[in-house]
Amino acid sequence: MSASNGVLLTVNELTISYGNIRAVKGISFEVHEGEIVTLIGANGAGKSSTLRAISGLVPYKGEVIYRGQNLHDIPADQIVALGIAQVPEGRGIFGNLTVGENLKLATWQRKDKAEIARDYERVFGIFPRLKERINQLGGTLSGGEQQMLAVARALMSRGRMLLLDEPSMGLAPVLVREIFKVLQEINQSGVTILLVEQNANMALRVAHRGYVLETGLITLSGPGKELLVDQRVKEAYLGG
Amino acid sequence: MDAQTVEKRNWRSRIGQRWDAIAENRRILPVLLVVGFLLSFAIPQFTLINPYYQLIIMYVGINIILATSLNLINGYMGEFSVGHAGFMAVGAYTAALLTMKVFPSNLVGYLFPLTILIAGSAAALVGLVVAIPSFKTRGDYLAIVTLAFNMIVKSVIENIEAIGGPRGIPGIDRLTTMPWVFFWTVLAVWCMRNFIYSNFGRGVLSIREDEIASDLMSVNTRQVKLLAFVISSFFAGVAGGLFAHLLQFISPRVFDILKSTDILIMVYLGGIGSIAGSILGATIFTVLLEALRPLGYYRMILMPLLLIFLMLYRPRGIMGLREFRWFIPSYEQIAIRLWRQKKEVPDASAG
Repeated sequence: MSASNGVLLTVNELTISYGNIRAVKGISFEVHEGEIVTLIGANGAGKSSTLRAISGLVPYKGEVIYRGQNLHDIPADQIVALGIAQVPEGRGIFGNLTVGENLKLATWQRKDKAEIARDYERVFGIFPRLKERINQLGGTLSGGEQQMLAVARALMSRGRMLLLDEPSMGLAPVLVREIFKVLQEINQSGVTILLVEQNANMALRVAHRGYVLETGLITLSGPGKELLVDQRVKEAYLGG
Repeated sequence: MDAQTVEKRNWRSRIGQRWDAIAENRRILPVLLVVGFLLSFAIPQFTLINPYYQLIIMYVGINIILATSLNLINGYMGEFSVGHAGFMAVGAYTAALLTMKVFPSNLVGYLFPLTILIAGSAAALVGLVVAIPSFKTRGDYLAIVTLAFNMIVKSVIENIEAIGGPRGIPGIDRLTTMPWVFFWTVLAVWCMRNFIYSNFGRGVLSIREDEIASDLMSVNTRQVKLLAFVISSFFAGVAGGLFAHLLQFISPRVFDILKSTDILIMVYLGGIGSIAGSILGATIFTVLLEALRPLGYYRMILMPLLLIFLMLYRPRGIMGLREFRWFIPSYEQIAIRLWRQKKEVPDASAG
C-alpha cells in the first residue's frame, strides 16, 4: 500500500496539559490510510500523551478527526469500537486472565460471532505461539509473548488503525526485530499503524513517514528513509 | 527420585484422579441441591439438629450471600467497598417495614419472597445512587464514599422516629426459615457465578487487572462498574431482609462499620475473586465466632490474630483467585483439561 491514499486521521493543534505543565504544545499531523507513521522523540517529548489523547484517555484541546469524525467528546471505549485500537505502554496485559480471555475481552462490544471466529483465525495465523498458550495466564508469558498478545488483542478489537506505544520496550533486539516484522505484515494486510518509539532506528526503518517530537513540538517530519539519514536526527537519536 | 517419593506421588495422583472424577461429574450437583433443599425442610420439621445450631446454619447462609456479593466488588473488580452493612441495613429496614406496616398481617407469610425482592431492589437503587458519583474517580475514593455511606445510613435511621430511631424495630415476624435461606443462598451464588462467567463478568475482571487497558479493549468500564455495584448491593439487601426476619429485631447499631468489617473479613479470609472462597470464608467465620463464644472478649483478640496470620502466609485468602470446579462452566473446564493434558506431555520441542 502506498502513502497516497486518503487521510484516515488528522490531528490539529493538539494541546495536552497536566496541571501547569504543557506536555504537548499544539502539534498537527496526518496519518493516511495504509501507512505506518512514527512519532519519535526522547523521554517526555509528549509521544505517549498524544496517543492517549487520540484514544480518549486524557483531556486535550484541539482536534482529532478520524474518518471525518471529531473524536473529542467520544468516550474511550467507543473510540475503540470505531476502529482505533491502542496497544498501551507496558502492554496492559491482564495478568491473571488467560491468553484466551485476554483476546475475548477485545471483542467485548462485538456481537458478530462469525466475524469474531474469523478474526481469531487471522490472529492465530499471525501469532501461532498464542494459540499454543491459549489457556496460560497472561502474566506467565515472556515479555515478547506479552507484546504479541497485546498486538493480537488490538487486532481482535477490529482495529483499522493500530496505535502502538513503545512496542520495543524491554525486549531483546531479536524480539524487537520480530515484532517489527509482524507489524509490517499487519500493515500490509491493510491496517494503518501509528507508532510511538524511542528506538528511532527501528521505527524509521519500517515507517513510511515520521515526525520528530521535541518537548511537545514537532520539529521535523518527512519520509522514514529520509529522516533516517538526516543529520539532526542522527545526532539526536541515532547516536551520531 | 527415591522409591518413597514416587510412591507418595502416585498415591497423591490417585486421590487427585478420584477427586477429579467427582468434581467433574456435574450430575452430582443437582442431586446435592435437591438433597440440601429437602434437608432444609426436614431439619426444622423433625428437629434433626438442635434449634441453636439451626440458627447458626441460617446465619451461615445469610453471611454467604453477604460475602459473595461483596467479593464481586472487592475481589473480582478489585475496588474497595467498606460499607456493605449500609446496603444490608436498607434491605433490612425495607423488609421489616413492609412486613410490619405495609402488608396485611395475615398475608405476610405468603408475601415474604416479594418482601425480600423489594428489600433487595431498594438496596440496589441506593447502590446505584452511591455508585454514580463515586465511580467517576478511581481507587481509594470508593472506600471513603462507602465508609461515609455506611455512617450516613446509620445516622439517618437513628434520627427517624417513625422507624424506631436509635431503638430500632422490635418484634418482627420470624419469617426467615431454613428453606428460604437455602433458596436465597443458592440463588445468590448461582447469579454471581453466571454473572462472573458472562461477557460483563469478564469486563469486571479486566477492570481489576488494568482499568486503562480494559477501556482500550472497548470495555464500557463505567457501565460494568455500575452494574456490578447494583448487583452486589441487591444481594446485600436480600441478606438484610432475611437477617431482619431471623433476628426479629433490628436497630441501627447492628449495621455499623463493625458489621461491614465482619463481611470484609469473610471475603479476605475465604479468598478474593473466588465464590468457593466466599462460601468457605463465611462458613468458617460464622462457625468460629460461635464456637469461640465461651472465650468472651478474648475471641475479639483471637479473630484479628487469625486474620494477621492469614495475611502473612496466604495474602489472597484460602482460595485466592482459585475456584471450586463445580462453579466453573463446562466450556471453561474443557479448556483447563486440555491445558492440563498438554502440560503432562513432556515438551519435546523445548530448548
